[in-house]
Amino acid sequence: MTSTATRDTFTSRASNYLDERTSMSTLVATLGRKVFPDHWSFMLGEVILYSFVAILLSGTFLTFFFEPSMTEVHYEGSYVPLKGIAMSAAYASSLDISFDIRGGLLMRQVHHWAALLFVAAIGLHMLRVFFTGAFRKPREINWVIGFVLFILAMAEGFTGYSLPDDLLSGNGLAIINGMVKGIPIVGTWISYLFFGGLFPGVDIVPRLFVLHIMLLPALVIALIGVHLVLMVINKHTQFAGPGKTNDNVVGAPIMPLFAAKAGSFFFIVFGVLVLIASTFTINPIWNYGPYDPSPVSAGTQPDWYIGFADGALRLAPGLESELWGMTLSWNILIPMAVLGIFIVLVMFYPFIEQWITGDKREHHIAERPRNNPTRTAIGSAGIVFYAVLWAAASSDLIATHFRLNVFQVTWWLQATLILGPVIAYFLTKRIAIGLQKKDREILLHGYESGRILRLPGGEYVEVHEPLDEYESWRLKSFDTYEPVMVRPNAKGRITPGTHLRAAMTRWFFEDRISPVTRGELEAAKHDGH
Amino acid sequence: MSAEDHAGHEQQQVAVYDRGAAIEQSDAFENPGLPPHRPRQTDLHPEKERRAERQVVGWFLVSMLGTVLAIVAYVAVPIVEGDMTSVRLSNLFLGLAIALALLGIGIGGMHWARQLMSSHEVVEERHPSRGSEKSRARAVEIFQLGDQESGFTRRSLIRNTLIGAIALVPLPAIVLFRDLAPAQDAVEAISNTMWRQGTRLALDPTGTPIRAADVTIGSAFHVIPEDLKDLDHDGGYLDQKALASVLLVRVPLDRLNEQPDRAGWSYDGIVAYSKICTHVGCPVALYEQQTHHLLCPCHQSTFDVTDHAKVIFGPAKRPLPQLPITVDDEGYLIAQSDFTEPIGPSYFERLHHIDEGHIPLSAAETENRA
Repeated sequence: MTSTATRDTFTSRASNYLDERTSMSTLVATLGRKVFPDHWSFMLGEVILYSFVAILLSGTFLTFFFEPSMTEVHYEGSYVPLKGIAMSAAYASSLDISFDIRGGLLMRQVHHWAALLFVAAIGLHMLRVFFTGAFRKPREINWVIGFVLFILAMAEGFTGYSLPDDLLSGNGLAIINGMVKGIPIVGTWISYLFFGGLFPGVDIVPRLFVLHIMLLPALVIALIGVHLVLMVINKHTQFAGPGKTNDNVVGAPIMPLFAAKAGSFFFIVFGVLVLIASTFTINPIWNYGPYDPSPVSAGTQPDWYIGFADGALRLAPGLESELWGMTLSWNILIPMAVLGIFIVLVMFYPFIEQWITGDKREHHIAERPRNNPTRTAIGSAGIVFYAVLWAAASSDLIATHFRLNVFQVTWWLQATLILGPVIAYFLTKRIAIGLQKKDREILLHGYESGRILRLPGGEYVEVHEPLDEYESWRLKSFDTYEPVMVRPNAKGRITPGTHLRAAMTRWFFEDRISPVTRGELEAAKHDGH
Repeated sequence: MSAEDHAGHEQQQVAVYDRGAAIEQSDAFENPGLPPHRPRQTDLHPEKERRAERQVVGWFLVSMLGTVLAIVAYVAVPIVEGDMTSVRLSNLFLGLAIALALLGIGIGGMHWARQLMSSHEVVEERHPSRGSEKSRARAVEIFQLGDQESGFTRRSLIRNTLIGAIALVPLPAIVLFRDLAPAQDAVEAISNTMWRQGTRLALDPTGTPIRAADVTIGSAFHVIPEDLKDLDHDGGYLDQKALASVLLVRVPLDRLNEQPDRAGWSYDGIVAYSKICTHVGCPVALYEQQTHHLLCPCHQSTFDVTDHAKVIFGPAKRPLPQLPITVDDEGYLIAQSDFTEPIGPSYFERLHHIDEGHIPLSAAETENRA
């Protein structure tokens, strides 16, 4: 851009006008050809962003018609079964959106489906980042920000689910009310202030509405902004491949290829959401009726992403203590504590792993999960733990569908919650190491070509072909670690921390497969294979 | 820990970080570099390129068609009042057309990007995330200047009082939230229900009083206080209902296991228990006729109606509170008093609100687990 535009077109004049007032050219020069690496799993983060845009657009439409009020009205809309029934203005306006406004039901369903996709994509994106070690330095802070976004997404989901004031959403709030009351000392008061007096009161819907459409979205937008800015500063990770190193990024430049792909993908995500919303009903609130604290139907469940918390409540032991006139509800406190510890461990995992490895270098190559067997095993133990809690939220439906005793299903799930992660851990670790051994085998002795040779002596052998240099690079290049020795520090002391770290490195790296070296490959060739 | 000695020369200063437990590979392979670029079909064959071009244009035209169809669907498929099919069709056609309009742009654009835009890989160098030594030094200098010029460290009294003032300033905000709820004490408010001596038990939601003679064995009645219907929504109808909901069952006398001092709380095998689960407060609405068990559909706590609604399974700990009942002169079921203990989920101060007239269940046996 040294010599400015040669032709006096509208575009050049407009660009000049903007640049002379904003120095936009600097931004374009810095970011315009920034490179984004390509891998299908990097698309998950994009799905999150685009479904969030779909949520914002459809949600804005809904706010034009939704009435966040619990004032009593008698329904006079066009849904016949509920005509004349007393309900809150919130529920009545949700029915009007569904039945009396063209496109209203579509937007409600786009909003709900997009929210489900949003949380699901966040979960998958987090798993991708976890299993490839993409949270390592310099991206630890961005992991934490992403995790906070995950929590905010669930808060958005729950507040939104509660707004229509139908039977199920009110029942969800009843459970929250009961859980909050179980918190020692302050619980009773927090619930009382939150609901503006007795549950359910007449204040909760407008209060949740403000959280749902203002405070939480503002936080989400701000944190997404920081998340993306940090991604630009750190540049995206890439998988190991020929020509890809820890010091470069190989891929598509923003202008034009990445922008075109990303922009098109937004329309695809949005289009698919509208397609689903036009063909599949979600949250048919008209079937549930207005909120009433007395009735409830069997098979009551929250939206799927809250399931793990509901499952934790179901699996908790029925314990309470009465000490010195105070009631401690362990049946609520234990699941809350377990979930709290789980969340804290996941959120701070990058710092824990870095303390164990002691590796302070920057890592820009996304690891293949098999090349870090212990982390991968921890991750799948976590998945199983989460999945069992999640399945427990359907314990009654599992029992009715498979004609089992609901008590036995619960006991079985309780046992699986504890044993499942342990089994998953060992299984995954062994599978990962097995896969690493297979990689070694392929590198040293070639892959099985499927070509069978008969030797002059009558013996049959299968010909093994070596991988070419480019194909084999992915299998050869990865980091390995070894356990550290317990050594005295500068003051000549061995602290408990040193012992702990040594033990942790043994746990992580005792069983390991090292990458193939040139010497080994040479030796294997001379071996006659 | 981190040895921050600066290896390298003038052209690029690289901080060397501690590699921790990582193994240095001495005999490692060299990166072979980018593989040769593989041209696409559209790069090799002009006719395929032209076809891809036509396809992209086609998708964009499809999108335009979708937009037009969406507007047509909005007008041509109106919602007819009371006709659910019209709602469904409006939703379907409007949605399909909008989806077509969006997907046309998306698929067309993606096809353009993948088939026609340059597919050559671009390589960009990474730089360490930390700032350059120069800017780091300048940042340190700026903070030092800021400190010197303001006296932030030197004038420690000013600094500390400022920190103290800022730490205190959010406190009024906490006080301001007190009026989120009425002035009444929270614990008082949730500790009592509408039931009074002589309140008739009435059907939910009609409010029809229940005669003892009408309660047959095996049927469960969902019950509210008769005077609840006098409240309107804004007068706390739902709030009081959430506290006062009761489940009424007649248990065959030979099945009813009643503690002697609570014998006066039931009437001829008819027992009334709070419907609000003692776990987190869902309505315990599922009644099993054969076993006389009450099941909470939310978290599967199960209570035995024949035995003081003790917990036999699930995360709940306490039995459902029992409403002492009897009949009036006309044979209608009435309450003897309010519940003698707070209903619903346990809370910290619960034990302070147990009435003098409460009859605890014998021993510590408040549950009878399966």
